[in-house]
Amino acid sequence: MKTTKFLMSMAIASSLFFVGCGPKDADLQAAIQAKEAAGVTVAVAKGNVTLTGEVADETAKAEAEKIAKAEKGAKSVVNSLTVKPVVPVVIAEDTTLIKNVADAVKSFPTVKADVKDGVVTLTGQITKASLITLMQHVAALKPKKIENKLTVK
Amino acid sequence: MSLQEKYAGLTNAATAAGIADLAVREQDGILYVDGTAPDGATKDHLWEVYNQIDPNFATGDLVLNVNVAIDAAVTHAKVITESSNLNIRKGPGTDQPIVGKAAHGEVITLVNRSNDLWWLVRTNDGEEGYCYAKYLEPQA
Repeated sequence: MKTTKFLMSMAIASSLFFVGCGPKDADLQAAIQAKEAAGVTVAVAKGNVTLTGEVADETAKAEAEKIAKAEKGAKSVVNSLTVKPVVPVVIAEDTTLIKNVADAVKSFPTVKADVKDGVVTLTGQITKASLITLMQHVAALKPKKIENKLTVK
Repeated sequence: MSLQEKYAGLTNAATAAGIADLAVREQDGILYVDGTAPDGATKDHLWEVYNQIDPNFATGDLVLNVNVAIDAAVTHAKVITESSNLNIRKGPGTDQPIVGKAAHGEVITLVNRSNDLWWLVRTNDGEEGYCYAKYLEPQA
């Protein structure tokens, strides 16, 4: 009999505990989530906040943590956000670039192109309409830089 | 003003246009913007925005490399030279001998697109060889 009473009181106590804690976590989660940037997912368990998702850079990651920590009721913050990997800039080797640039300017007889250390220098004349086409073709060849010294007619 | 600020109008337009794999990086005073556009019109729009920010692309502080996504199932392409015929060459390069020509506006068969710059094509007359891919517009 005693054991049953004890168990019942335990059950009541624990249900009270969970009822008391559940909405609080949900409120906290909603409050933080509303302030976080897109891509950040907020989870709260017993006042402990966990951040997951992908952000653009370290600054955004730190900012997200700051927002969560500043929220009243947040006991701890686990920052499991990942930073989106930066795609390295690929620059073509001069030998490849020289050949490809020569191919690209072939259809623009009034344009001369020089390549040195990845920098493509365009000289000569061109019409406005052809300029965009030429620039599109050259930019696709992965140059370091395009020095456009063309006179636009 | 940083390069990212200078070209914010362009990167915002790229995001709004749904450019896939958009990458914006600054390195040694040059901004590199790469990505894949859903269609040619989107790519041209971004170049117009670039031209507005930097008229005639005279500053040389941006390399905009946006390619157009191509459906793997595409088998034909239209010749989009300004007005002239498009040379068909024996191999991938302008140093290769010309083996045929495709007329401006002609729709030809794509045989192989494994080289980004030079596509292997076949004309309706049966001439086969390599064409400069930038003058070919894949047909849906």
